[in-house]
Amino acid sequence: MNLLVLRRKLFDAVMIALSLGATAFTLFWLAWILWTTVTQGASALKLSIFTQMTPPPGSDGGLLNAFFGSFMMVVLGVVIATPIGVLAAIYLAEYKRGTRVAGVIGFVNDILLSAPSIVIGLFIYELLVLPFGHFSGYAGGVALAMIMLPIVVRSSAVALELVPPETREAALALGLPRWKVTLSVIARAARPGIITGLLLGVARISGETAPLLFTALNNQYWTANPGAPMANIPVVIFQYAMSPYDNWHALAWAGAFIVMLFVLTLGIITRVVFRQGARS
Amino acid sequence: MSLLDAEAPERPLNHIASLDPARVKLAVDSLDFYYGKTHALKGVSMGFEARAVTALIGPSGCGKSTLLRTLNRMYSLYPGQRATGRIMLGDENLLAPGLDLSKLRARIGMVFQKPTPFPMSIFDNVAFGVRLYESLNRADLDARVEESLRRAAIWDEVKDKLKTSALSLSGGQQQRLCVARCIAVRPEILLLDEPTSALDPISSAKLEETIAQLKADYTIIIVTHNMGQAARVSKHTAFMYLGELVEFGETESLFTRPVTRRASDYITGRFG
Repeated sequence: MNLLVLRRKLFDAVMIALSLGATAFTLFWLAWILWTTVTQGASALKLSIFTQMTPPPGSDGGLLNAFFGSFMMVVLGVVIATPIGVLAAIYLAEYKRGTRVAGVIGFVNDILLSAPSIVIGLFIYELLVLPFGHFSGYAGGVALAMIMLPIVVRSSAVALELVPPETREAALALGLPRWKVTLSVIARAARPGIITGLLLGVARISGETAPLLFTALNNQYWTANPGAPMANIPVVIFQYAMSPYDNWHALAWAGAFIVMLFVLTLGIITRVVFRQGARS
Repeated sequence: MSLLDAEAPERPLNHIASLDPARVKLAVDSLDFYYGKTHALKGVSMGFEARAVTALIGPSGCGKSTLLRTLNRMYSLYPGQRATGRIMLGDENLLAPGLDLSKLRARIGMVFQKPTPFPMSIFDNVAFGVRLYESLNRADLDARVEESLRRAAIWDEVKDKLKTSALSLSGGQQQRLCVARCIAVRPEILLLDEPTSALDPISSAKLEETIAQLKADYTIIIVTHNMGQAARVSKHTAFMYLGELVEFGETESLFTRPVTRRASDYITGRFG
């Protein structure tokens, strides 16, 4: 009897130790990455990063054109992916819930969700770069939209499905037409969840590199014309980090640091929005 | 073999026939209902008297909520659910294909088991349906909202916070708000699906008072598991079992002198 208790206690201790170890292992690498980015990035931070263009090797410069290009393409991606994604989610969750059609579309959406982003980059390259003969910010924005779209569809559909069926029935029972019920009651109830999904999508596409390599490429100079190749932070980080020049390395660290801060801020906002939604 | 068994075959009794035809607001005729292959209502025929409360009682799964949900065609939301037979409101068959469901549901209001406030202010909850059907000016809309909240016996509790979220109210208040929202669009019939089952005794008593006041103007149909409630609020009671209407009659006689063995057993608490 005592032996049995002892064995169980031992087993318990071993399992807890293993779980703790696994957690520590994961956190160790995360902490290392964060620490390196913070120390290297913070020391490379200068005001000129936000005021000057990407420089040639060996001379001073900043990342202004890359920040602006990233901003333009992320906005383009959000503008394309949000309405399509939310409407698709409404179709799946409100009009086709539980049907075979919704199951198949949801499954395909999940495949797109986990598709390697480089494949999406190549696809948009075929579609929007080759026919026009040059890289462009538009192609970059569309590629980012393709990556964000399945995230928006999935998270919005989940948020809509979480609205209690009684709420839907109560609105219909008042004699409201279906579209009015969906827009004024269901979508409103699901709004925190939908916004959370959008923010997560933005966080995801702000750091995507592979799809932009094939679409927007890069641009050493300032441009506000999305019809031309556009500078952007992830590709600049990629190219500068691979280069042998010290001033480029410093800019890459600074860029990585700022992208990380941006994603962290989005993550915090996401949690706040979601918590407010849960409270109201 | 008891005396009851010998006297009363187990089949529906005195349906529409026992009501004065001139006072019947809503008549159900040979209604069958299917959830996919499950036959949930079997040949139900009965009438609901205007400006009176009819209670639907019976053990869980007997079909009383299903019957209620056919009356405003709520089941039409779900593929695979279908009804056959007739439900006559005036000379209109509610089961007829092509019927405008929004218009129908504006005439037949429903309050659910769980409170279902919309994620908006108390005022907007009540005004929401009204705005859709009528274009009232600000003063008239205010008056309509106040009148509805008063009739639902919740005005005094919310009159100073009409702009706050309806989600901040207690469960009992939310349920009375739902009643106010429902009557604000001035339906002819009120369907109440176990409206007090999620409420505490005091809120339940208040809601029962509300029902007692509303029956002067509305045809009310209430599903309840609470025998006392059925006895207190209703004029007629229908006892259902396994999808069939077993016994229907005046509440007082059904509760004191049930004709069928099953109704007698259920009312005295021997099963269900």
